Amino acid sequence: MKETLGISIEGLSKRYGSGDTAVDALKDVNMTVAPGEVVGLIGPSGSGKSTLLKCLGAVIEPSGGRMTLGDDTIYDHGWKIRDLRALRRDRIGFIFQAPYLIPFLDVTDNVALLPMLAGRANGAARQRAQELLEALDVGHRARAQPSELSGGEQQRVAIARALANQPPVMLADEPTAPLDSQRALAVVRILNDMARQYQTAIIVVTHDEKIIPTFRRIYHIRDGRTYEEAGEGRALD
Amino acid sequence: MISLAGRDILHAWGKYVLTGLGLGLLIGVTLSMAGIYRGMVDDGKALLANSGADLWVVQQDTLGPYAESSSLHDDVYRALLGMPGVARAANATYFTMQVRKTDEGGGETDVRAMVVGFEPGQPGEPGYLVAGRRITRGHYEAVADIKTGFKVGDNIRIRRDDYTVVGLTRRMVSSGGDPMVFIPLKDAQEAQFLKDNDAILNERARTNANPAFNRPGVPGLAEAVEASQTSNRHVNAVLVQVKAGESPEAVAQEIRRWKHLEAHTVEQMEEILVAKLIATSAKQIAMFLVILAVVSAAIVAFIIYTMTLGKIREIAVLKLIGTRNRTIAGMILQQALGLGLIGFVVGKTAATLWAPVFPKYVLLEPGDAARGFAAIMLICAIASTLAIRAALKVDPAEAIGG
Repeated sequence: MKETLGISIEGLSKRYGSGDTAVDALKDVNMTVAPGEVVGLIGPSGSGKSTLLKCLGAVIEPSGGRMTLGDDTIYDHGWKIRDLRALRRDRIGFIFQAPYLIPFLDVTDNVALLPMLAGRANGAARQRAQELLEALDVGHRARAQPSELSGGEQQRVAIARALANQPPVMLADEPTAPLDSQRALAVVRILNDMARQYQTAIIVVTHDEKIIPTFRRIYHIRDGRTYEEAGEGRALD
Repeated sequence: MISLAGRDILHAWGKYVLTGLGLGLLIGVTLSMAGIYRGMVDDGKALLANSGADLWVVQQDTLGPYAESSSLHDDVYRALLGMPGVARAANATYFTMQVRKTDEGGGETDVRAMVVGFEPGQPGEPGYLVAGRRITRGHYEAVADIKTGFKVGDNIRIRRDDYTVVGLTRRMVSSGGDPMVFIPLKDAQEAQFLKDNDAILNERARTNANPAFNRPGVPGLAEAVEASQTSNRHVNAVLVQVKAGESPEAVAQEIRRWKHLEAHTVEQMEEILVAKLIATSAKQIAMFLVILAVVSAAIVAFIIYTMTLGKIREIAVLKLIGTRNRTIAGMILQQALGLGLIGFVVGKTAATLWAPVFPKYVLLEPGDAARGFAAIMLICAIASTLAIRAALKVDPAEAIGG
């Protein structure tokens, strides 16, 4: 499906608990990310970044607001899609702080697993994986085990996995945290390239001062609310 | 679709196979226990089959000659031969004792054996020989089961007399697993019932000193009493073969009615041997089997649970990226079943290899192996539920920090 609108959030809220002990982790979150765009989501600890990421990833249910993915409203004061597992599998890519590759699968199968879970034939899934690995410059490590890769290679494989089903949205949770400046910038460059190439809307949650200047748009989150600001959009080349 | 279970096993196959080996040895013990029980039953059936009898006639109200002691006069068989339907009848004695073998170097070895007294050519003689010949002399020759360890030509001592082993037979053991030694009936009667010389002298003195046996005008009374004390006219059972076409049960009923003796058919003897004689041993083995099954289940559950806990983060990632719960449950179940499969193969191989080393007959039946395999798979499947439960409770959100 060709997505034209990326992801859009209006007035999203999330409350934990009830009564006197209720905590509003998200109060009025608004955000729009266009296809092919990479935005930063920045905020101090406890500001609600992870909660927002979990809501966006359909892992936890928001308490209110509206969320659209491409042309589809997926949440409007309640889930509008029954199969959230399939939604996560087919339309949302995840990159974590650590690569979290499956240690007992080789590099190709780590990437091919998602298309296979989506019902693609093994051969086609592996071909897709190989293409992505080549695009991310780790094609030569296709048969290696995750434990045999460097940190940077592992993160690139994780990006390939996130892109395996060509999702319209990718959520990256501090993807450069364990990397040095050079590798961190390399990862951001890859994310930008992938966003452009596959028209994926990418939200990068980060604390990393090294990469913040690379974003054209940044959402700050504080006390459960988001504030948009223009980024420096520093060139990565 | 990739086999997640297979890949995970291959990733750490050494640990997995070693665990399967350990489980396999436990399963081997379990299969051997079942084999020991089957061996006991089979020994009992072989004992009955090899005796060549259709009926065992024993003392009234007893389950003899194997399960209880029984004593009959040795001329009872003549009366039985006159009964309708009886083709052949022969006396037999059975008693368990330590048979002493004199080694070439002069050393002595004791072997526990069931000594059988029989009449050559009649029911009760060993069914077939694997070495040597049958007993041809009236005294002091023996045929031994090969499990005694005796060889043809060996000299063995039974009570006060020495015997030469002239033949060897196979699968002739008591229900207790003791190998049999066959000797002529007369010798067996003496060995079983005759007292030692000191006891005979003592008994003779007591008889002579008893005025009741030395009454004037009754010459020879004391001698007659002494003669009856030093000779034996008893056997433990009469083995009967019925005529072709006759019902053993019908003949047995006639014997019970008219001779005031007990007569057991083959089926009744099997019931006595299996249900009564080895019942306690069977229960003991059943208890072991239950304990071993519980221990095996606990081991599999613990191993699979630990393996699963070690993969919680991967499971969270798998769930987050859209893996179905049933795929994750299937992965854990397949690993548990794989462990069971390795365990069964190792266990069956081990049980087969060490079965001949057991002192008692271990019968590993294919049916038991099949049932054991099904039980192991079931135990593994049940044991994996704990780990599956833990895996299904993993929140995909755990893959995301915060």
